Amino acid sequence: MDLKTRGEPPSADELAAVDAVLGAAPDRDLHDVTGGHSLRNRRHLLLPALHAVNDRVGWISQRAIDYIAERLDASPAEIYGVASFYALFSLTERPAHQVHVCVDLACRANGGPAEGDLPAGAHASPCLGACERAPAAFVIDAGATPSQAVAGHVTAVQVRQWSDGDGPDPEAAPAAAVPQAGDRSLVLLARVGRGDPLDLDGYIADGGFRALAKARELGPVGVIAAVDASGLTGRGGAAFPTGRKWEAVRSQPATPHYLVCNADESEPGTFKDRVLIENDPYALIEAMTIAALATDCAYGYIYLRGEYPRAFATLLHALTTSRDRGLLGGETGFDIAVVKGAGAYICGEETAIFNSIEGYRGEPRNKPPFPFEVGLFGQPTVVNNVETLINIPSIVLDGRPANRRLFCLSGAVKVPGVYETELGLTLGELIELAGGLRDGSELQAVLLGGAAGGFAGPADLDLVLDQDSTRAAGLTLGSGVVMVHDQSVDLIDQLTRIAAFFRDESCGQCVPCRVGTVRQEEAIERLAAGASTGDLDLLRDIGQAMKDASICGLGQTAHNAIETAIVRLGVFS
Amino acid sequence: MSRSTTPSHDAESTVTLSIDGTDVSVPEGTTLLDACGGKGCGIPTLCYGDTITPKNACRVCMVEVEGSRVLVPSCSRQAEQGMVVRTRSQRVDHARKMVLEFLGSSVDLSLTDHITEWNAEYGADPGRYGADAQTVAQPVKIDNDLYVRDYAKCILCYQCVDACGEQWQNSFVIDIAGRGFAAHVSTENDVPLPDSACVYCGNCIQVCPTGALMFKTEHDMREAGSWQPDHQTTTDTICAFCGVGCNLTLHVQDNTIVKVSSPPDSPITHGNLCIKGRFGFQHAQNRPDET
Ligand SMILES: Cc1cc2nc3c(=O)[nH]c(=O)nc-3n(C[C@H](O)[C@H](O)[C@H](O)COP(=O)(O)O)c2cc1C
Ligand code: SF4
Ligand code: SF4
Ligand code: SF4
Ligand code: FES
Repeated sequence: MDLKTRGEPPSADELAAVDAVLGAAPDRDLHDVTGGHSLRNRRHLLLPALHAVNDRVGWISQRAIDYIAERLDASPAEIYGVASFYALFSLTERPAHQVHVCVDLACRANGGPAEGDLPAGAHASPCLGACERAPAAFVIDAGATPSQAVAGHVTAVQVRQWSDGDGPDPEAAPAAAVPQAGDRSLVLLARVGRGDPLDLDGYIADGGFRALAKARELGPVGVIAAVDASGLTGRGGAAFPTGRKWEAVRSQPATPHYLVCNADESEPGTFKDRVLIENDPYALIEAMTIAALATDCAYGYIYLRGEYPRAFATLLHALTTSRDRGLLGGETGFDIAVVKGAGAYICGEETAIFNSIEGYRGEPRNKPPFPFEVGLFGQPTVVNNVETLINIPSIVLDGRPANRRLFCLSGAVKVPGVYETELGLTLGELIELAGGLRDGSELQAVLLGGAAGGFAGPADLDLVLDQDSTRAAGLTLGSGVVMVHDQSVDLIDQLTRIAAFFRDESCGQCVPCRVGTVRQEEAIERLAAGASTGDLDLLRDIGQAMKDASICGLGQTAHNAIETAIVRLGVFS
Repeated sequence: MSRSTTPSHDAESTVTLSIDGTDVSVPEGTTLLDACGGKGCGIPTLCYGDTITPKNACRVCMVEVEGSRVLVPSCSRQAEQGMVVRTRSQRVDHARKMVLEFLGSSVDLSLTDHITEWNAEYGADPGRYGADAQTVAQPVKIDNDLYVRDYAKCILCYQCVDACGEQWQNSFVIDIAGRGFAAHVSTENDVPLPDSACVYCGNCIQVCPTGALMFKTEHDMREAGSWQPDHQTTTDTICAFCGVGCNLTLHVQDNTIVKVSSPPDSPITHGNLCIKGRFGFQHAQNRPDET
C-alpha cells in the first residue's frame, strides 16, 4: 500500500491521545507489531484510538487521522471512512463541551424536545437508553480527563444551561432503575440493591462464582446440556436457542473461538442491559467465563454502547478487580476486553459488531457464513446479549427453566423501570406491575419490542407476553421494550421519529434500506401533513421491499412498527 | 478482514438444485447466478461486475429460495444441494422493481446499461416518488487531467473501493464515508485526488457500472456533444511500456484514441492496468503535423 499523508504532525493532545492507545511511536519503524492475544495486526485498536482523540480534543482532525494511519499502517481514506460512520465522532471542529439531547420515542412522548426544538450548541441524539428517566441528555466534556454524564428528567431550561457550559448533577444510584429491587423472588435482578455492585467480596459472599465452580464440574458438554434443557433463547431480539448456538461454536475445529457480549443496546426504549451491568457487573463476568468454558473461547469482548459512561466505568472496575483476584486473565485462560461503540445502532447487529471491533466500518456482513463458523477475526464466535448471559449462572447452578424475562417499561406508567417477570403475564398485568397508568392517563398504544417491534392497542391488554403469543398476534417481544403511550402522545409524531431513526441508523450498504428508509420517511411526512392516501400504498410497497431484500435485520424490520400502527391502530385512516 | 469471501471453485463435487422447476447440477461453490447462466441470463445485476467479488449491495438480483424467510442475492449465494430456487415470483419481481425505483429516483442512471429495459420489464416508475424525493445530485468532481468523478451517478456498488483496495490495486485511496443515504465514496476528508495517494491506474473507472467514474477525454467530449459511441471502434493490443504484457482495448473515434480499457477476462490484467497503459496513449497519436 502506498501510504500517503499530508506530513503535518498531530497536535500534542492528539499525539498523547493516540499514543495512550497505541504506545509511543518507535523511533523509525512505524510498522511495529506488538504481541497481545494472537492477532495479526493492530487494526482492532482503531476504534479505541478514534475514541481517545475524540475524548481528548472533542473532534478528530485530518492530522489526527493521518497520524493514526501511519501508526496502524492503514490508509487515511479507510480511517476517515470508519470515523465518519459513527455519530459520536466529529470530523469537523467543535467545542469540547457537548450536549446530546435525546429526541427519541420515550423522551418526546414525555415532553422532551424534537430535533428542531434544540437550542444552538445542543445535538439531537437517538434513544440514550435512559427511558425510565425520560427525557434524557448526555453531556460530554472532552479533555485530558474527559467527563461524560447522563441526566434524566431533563427540562428545557437545563438543556439551555448545559448548552451554555454547565453540566448535570451526578446520577441516582443504579438500583433506582429497578422498582422491584429487593424482591426475594427475583432471579435475574436478585442482587440489585442488595449490596455494592462494585464490591467483589460482597459478590463472592453472596454466592458469586459458585455457578462457575459448578460449570467446571459439569464441563462444556454438561453446561450446554443444562442451557439447552432450560430452553433459554436469546434476549437480544432474535430469540435464537442459546444452547444450540453454543454447541455450534463448541464443535468448530478452527481455533481460537471468540465470545462477544452484545451490550450495544441501542433499540429505542431498551435499557435493561445497562441496568444489569451497572447493578451486577460481576455476574456478567461470571456468566461470560462460563460461556467461554462451554464454547472453548480464550477471549471475550463486551461491546458496550458509547453513551453508557457509568456502565463502562463499572465494567472496567469489575474486570480489573477480577483479574487482580486471579478470577480472570493469566492462568484462568480467559480474559475480557471492553470495546466502546461510538453511536451506531447498527453495530448491535451481530456481524456489524465484528467489523466494528476489528476496526472497519460497522456494516453487517453477509450470512452465510454464520458467526458460529466465521465470526470475529474470521473465527468461530458466540454472540450473546447481556440479559441472555445473566440467565446463565442461575441456570447452571439450579437447573431452573429459563422462564423469566426483563421488560423495559417507559412512558405513561406510574413507575417506569426494568421489571423482571415470569413469562405468562399479560400486557395489562405488566402495566399494573409498573403501577398502572399515570393518573388521568388513558391507554392509547403500547410499543412492544422497540422501533423494530410493533404497536399494540388498548384491545391487546390480554395479550400474553411470551414468544408464541406475541408472534401469533403479529407482534414481538424483541428486546423487551414496553413503551406505554396515553392519549397525550401524538402517534403520528412517534411514527415520524421511527422513520427518521431508521433513516439515520441505516448503514447505507444496501439499496432497499439506504433508499427505502428515506422514501419511507418522505411518505410518512406527506401523510403527516395530510396529503394523498396513495402514500399508504407506496408505504406498503416500500415496506415489503425492505423486508424481503435488505441485507440485515435493520432494513428488514424498519417498516414493522409503522405497519402495525397503520394496520392495528388505524393511524392515518 | 472479511469484506468478502471468494467462493472456492475447486469443483470436486457437484450439487443439484432446482431452478424454476428444472434440476440443475453445478460444481460446489457456484453462485446461484452462475447456476442460472451467469450475467445476462435474464436476472438483472447492478453491483455485480466481471472482476470484483460482489458486495451484493444493490439487491436487484434477488431470487426466492424455499425455506428462506427473506429473498437471497443470486450473485453471491452459493448453490446448495437440494435448494429450490425461483428466479421470478411476485416477491422477486416486487423487490427488483423497488430497487430500480429506489435507484432511479435518487441516482442519475442515464449511463447505466439495461435500465430502460428493466424498468419496463418490472414496471418500475421512479417518477412516483415525486419531485421532492431526495437524490444524490451534486456537481462533478474535476480535480485532475485524467478522470472525473460524477457521484450523482453513483449507486454505491463498492466496486471502485474494492478495485482500489484489497481486491486489486491495494492503494486504498477511496472508501465509503458517512452512513445511510449520506454514505458516499470519498478520499480522506474529501481531499482532491492529487492530494490523495491515487496512482491513476484507472482500475476504478474500469469497474464502475454507471459512468460515475469517467475518462476526462470522454467527459469533455460528452460535454461538447462530440461523444459518439456509434462511431467508435475498439482495438485490442498489448501495452508497450513494460514487459508485463498487459492487454489493452483502445477505444477510437475519428481516428483518435478516446479512452483505454482492459479486457476483464484477460488472464494477465483481469481488467487492471497502471497509469501508463490506462492514460499514456497520447504519444501514440502525436502526429507529425501536430508536434
Ligand atoms: C439492527 C440490529 C441491532 C441489534 N442490536 C442489538 C443490541 O443492541 N443488543 C443485542 O443483544 N442484540 C442486538 N441485535 C441482535 C443481534 O444481532 C443478535 O441476534 C444478538 O446479539 C444475539 O444474542 P442473543 O442470542 O443472546 O440474543 C441487533 C440486531 C439488529 C439487526
Ligand atoms: S439493511 Fe440497512 S443496515 Fe442492514 S446492511 Fe442494508 S443498509 Fe445496512
Ligand atoms: S485511479 Fe487507481 S489508485 Fe486512483 S482511486 Fe482509482 S483505483 Fe485507486
Ligand atoms: S463510483 Fe461507480 S464503481 Fe464506485 S461505487 Fe459508485 S457506481 Fe460503483
Ligand atoms: S447484483 Fe447481486 S446484489 Fe447487486
